[in-house]
Amino acid sequence: MTDQVLLKISNIEVFHGTFQALWNLSLEVRRGEMLALIGANTSGKTTLMDTVSGLLHPAKGIMEFNGYDITCLDPYQIVELGITQVPEGRRIFPEMTVFDNLMIGSYCSCARKNRILNLGRVYELFPRLKERKKQVAKTLSGGEQQMLAIGRGLMADPKLMLIDEMSLGLAPIVIDEIFKALKKIQERGITILFVEQNVKRTLEEADRAYILENGRVALSGTSAELCEKDQVKKAYFGIDECAI
Amino acid sequence: MNDIITPIIMGIMLGGLYALIALGLSLLFGVMRLINLAHGDFVVLGSYLAYGIATYLGLDPILSLIIIVPVMFGLGFLIQKYIMSRAFAVSSDTPLIIAFGISLIIQNANQIAWTPLSRGLNTGYSHASFFLGSLQFPVIYLLDLIAGIVVMLLLREFLTRTYLGRAITAASQDKRAAELMGINAKRVYGYAFAIAMAFAGIGGVFLGMTFPFTPTSGISFLTIAFGTVIIGGLGSMWGTFLGGIILGLVQTLGGYFFGPASQMLIVYVIVLVILAIRPQGLFGR
Repeated sequence: MTDQVLLKISNIEVFHGTFQALWNLSLEVRRGEMLALIGANTSGKTTLMDTVSGLLHPAKGIMEFNGYDITCLDPYQIVELGITQVPEGRRIFPEMTVFDNLMIGSYCSCARKNRILNLGRVYELFPRLKERKKQVAKTLSGGEQQMLAIGRGLMADPKLMLIDEMSLGLAPIVIDEIFKALKKIQERGITILFVEQNVKRTLEEADRAYILENGRVALSGTSAELCEKDQVKKAYFGIDECAI
Repeated sequence: MNDIITPIIMGIMLGGLYALIALGLSLLFGVMRLINLAHGDFVVLGSYLAYGIATYLGLDPILSLIIIVPVMFGLGFLIQKYIMSRAFAVSSDTPLIIAFGISLIIQNANQIAWTPLSRGLNTGYSHASFFLGSLQFPVIYLLDLIAGIVVMLLLREFLTRTYLGRAITAASQDKRAAELMGINAKRVYGYAFAIAMAFAGIGGVFLGMTFPFTPTSGISFLTIAFGTVIIGGLGSMWGTFLGGIILGLVQTLGGYFFGPASQMLIVYVIVLVILAIRPQGLFGR
């Protein structure tokens, strides 16, 4: 059973200076699933992602990934183990070409040997990146930049992909396209943990979800289970329009 | 007509040297947002290393680069790893003060080691000249330009073709995103500092062959480097190179029109004007 758990977070407490952002938070990511984090702004979703990525370190608690204790590791060591983050706001390298952005994704030594293979896969997933490979990244549209950010993450050959606020500022048709791509990524065996503003959409797409409130896990379960909860209906759908 | 061609060609060649001196300063600012006040003294350190090697080993200054480049590179890596990275952890002003301290230490160490007397790197070709048509130019100036172009091209190839170079570029554009890509920012900063210092060493060697230097010359070389970088735009490599050429041209043409005594004054006035009307530099982002 434990073998199914790819990332196990146990009772972590994380601070921003003196402000406590996560309180005794525990969470499990299972191998191969698409897991969502739901919650209002400041509920701790991004803090949680940054902690997993090693940008922040918990004051208490343990994080285990694929059998390794990653609690105290730095970001580059975490990437090496197979966790990559597609950050909020995409944060592509604006002055570099699409191709160079993708190449930077394969910086860690574990990913360099497979970079040609992974580059082919990224181009297959997002043909538009291939068309624009020589273009400077800042000239891409918002949707293309998000594709580039995801593609860059894939170049690191991850086992687990953290994707933060991917649909921010994107047109619905582009969001559809990106969700389709995520499904393909999941089919390839890559586990996905994502944060998304649109709760209804999130529960339609994700296998399971955690709902965070004020830095704590308020609820968790499969998407279907969560849809049935009155709490969720009231807080996020107004009435009972959740339809899966 | 031939009269004005001489200062133009001299200015372009001198500009290669200025670009060479400024590249390290520009790189460090671009990558780490560090205004390295010790850069001029790193350049002078390079000049004195070449002087010492020429004096005690009898090696030609250009050949001595084989020793100077690795020494400066290693020194730069150590300074970043053991001093600057700690300073960065304290606050963003601390590295500035630390750099000033390093500058004073190098100045005084050079004074103790080499006396405050003015030195120069003399070689068999120090006074050689070449002809363009009927005009005569010093060979050293041509070497300055060649060195500037070669180092510039090497840096460009390094930054765009190698993983480490791309990592340095990436970290300069978005440090946090770079870390998320698996780039060890501390290591990248170490290499960036090492490269900047190696460039200072190369600049020092060619500068020492072109102009005389003293232990306190660092400040005037730093000013030249600043001027170059301000004209070209901080953090932009091509801008730095073109900035060097423009600065060289301003200096020689200023000397041509207003006399040698006021040539540096003209340079500073131009720098000030550019700073006022286009603070990001002519080619800055």
